[in-house]
Amino acid sequence: MKYMLLIYGNDELWSSFSQEDFQRAVADTDAQLAELAKSGELVGAYGVGDQVLAKQVHVDNGVPAVTDGPYIETKEYLASFTIIDVESLDRALEVAAKNPFAATGQVEVRPLMHEAAVDV
Amino acid sequence: MTSDRRVEDQLRELAPQVLGALVRRFGHFDACEDAVQEALLAAATQWPAQGAPDNPRGWLITVASRRLADQLRSDSARRRREDLDAVRDAPFTTTTSDPADDAVPHTDDTLTLLFLCCHPALSAASQLALTLRAVGGLTTAEIATAFLVPETTMGQRISRAKQSIKTAAAPFTLPPQDEREARLRVVLHVLYLMFNEGYSTSSGPDLQRADLTTEAIRLTREVHRLLPDNGEVAGLLALMLLTDSHRIARTRADGSLVPLAEQDRTLWDAGLTAEGVALITASLASAALGPYQVQAAIAAVHNEAASAADTDWKQILALYELLERIAPNPMVALSRAVAVAEVHGPLAALDVVAQLEEDERIKNHHRLDAARGHFLEMAGDLDGAREAFRRAARRTTNIPEQRYLEGRAARLV
Repeated sequence: MKYMLLIYGNDELWSSFSQEDFQRAVADTDAQLAELAKSGELVGAYGVGDQVLAKQVHVDNGVPAVTDGPYIETKEYLASFTIIDVESLDRALEVAAKNPFAATGQVEVRPLMHEAAVDV
Repeated sequence: MTSDRRVEDQLRELAPQVLGALVRRFGHFDACEDAVQEALLAAATQWPAQGAPDNPRGWLITVASRRLADQLRSDSARRRREDLDAVRDAPFTTTTSDPADDAVPHTDDTLTLLFLCCHPALSAASQLALTLRAVGGLTTAEIATAFLVPETTMGQRISRAKQSIKTAAAPFTLPPQDEREARLRVVLHVLYLMFNEGYSTSSGPDLQRADLTTEAIRLTREVHRLLPDNGEVAGLLALMLLTDSHRIARTRADGSLVPLAEQDRTLWDAGLTAEGVALITASLASAALGPYQVQAAIAAVHNEAASAADTDWKQILALYELLERIAPNPMVALSRAVAVAEVHGPLAALDVVAQLEEDERIKNHHRLDAARGHFLEMAGDLDGAREAFRRAARRTTNIPEQRYLEGRAARLV
């Protein structure tokens, strides 16, 4: 079963970390990802660029229009996502709990849609 | 059938034989498995272009043995002189008629390999992946594609699985008689999961996933050939064949799901039905009863009905009651509720649902909401039905099922 682990945050949260704490959290995350890769459970993991880099694409009558943004004041925005393929929801929750950012904020766990027959 | 396809089929059939021969001769299941995989890849590129050798099995054993020797030689950390000598001195060569076949007796190791790959020390996902590679002869890339994960992820999963087998020091023999039934249940469960994983509805990119269904049937056929008297093996094979007979009918051109009652039964595969019915009939008459046989018997009753209205629901209800007795499980109870609705009406079925709402294992499952919706619709409570279908649609993670449930809710507006 595939799950997506999402970490949200905001500038206030990130700036509350000391340089040292943040480095440690990043190192712990890397260690956890290496472990998941080794066990064959890691599908992919990415940090998401800051929202000032976001672009919006809208196609109007076949013509794509690109704008910068969003410039909306979101309280929290997506900071990173990790996709894992694991045995059960319990295992996904265990992985989420081991993420260092679960201690400073929270990790959202969402199942990914699939097409396999649940039973026949 | 293209010649590539023929070669592929031939290689998948030979894979467990070649691996079994190597492991018997040299030990080192993990290293042998890698070597066989390389030999299969070499054959897959060379044979279609140059033609298959006269003795394909011998060719594969020879090439795999050389790869194994190379691997043991280069692997300085694990080098063991005697292993290397044993491999180098093995009288395998491609030049004479079929020495490899003489050197290694034709033992059917498929079953031993299946037991090893489905070792209880492994997770279900690892059992599945390793079985597909070591017994099914699929490449890591093919398995990764089928499970929609990167090849490196699947490679790691397989190598971790082989590590676990090594750590467990599992011998390359059939499990002792007193463990065999329990170990066989694991093997059958892995084959069942393999079948389900491939039984998706879409076409296009998912066609490769349908390969898993074919592979599950092929391997279950093998197990049935090796254990013809085991009723559960026959039952699982029958269940797969009867289920697969609906393949074309269960999906519309747009990929949406057609429920059993609405399927065009002329599209059901009569050959698969006949084979499945014959298998389950023979097994019910002679072998000890188990859950796969009962499920196959239920499938057979459906397949033998000329139309949905002709379905013998009383017999299906009796079979579900039997299944619940031998394998109690809330999902089975829910399936029984469907038969209860047909025999005793929707209100009786809603009583079953009400009981299941108390059961922690199923009370939040979307199937419970979907069944409630179905029974409420039968009972004429369209608002309640719509709400139940919508709730079910939100809770499933299966894409075709979600579209189907949303469709049922929309129909009631």
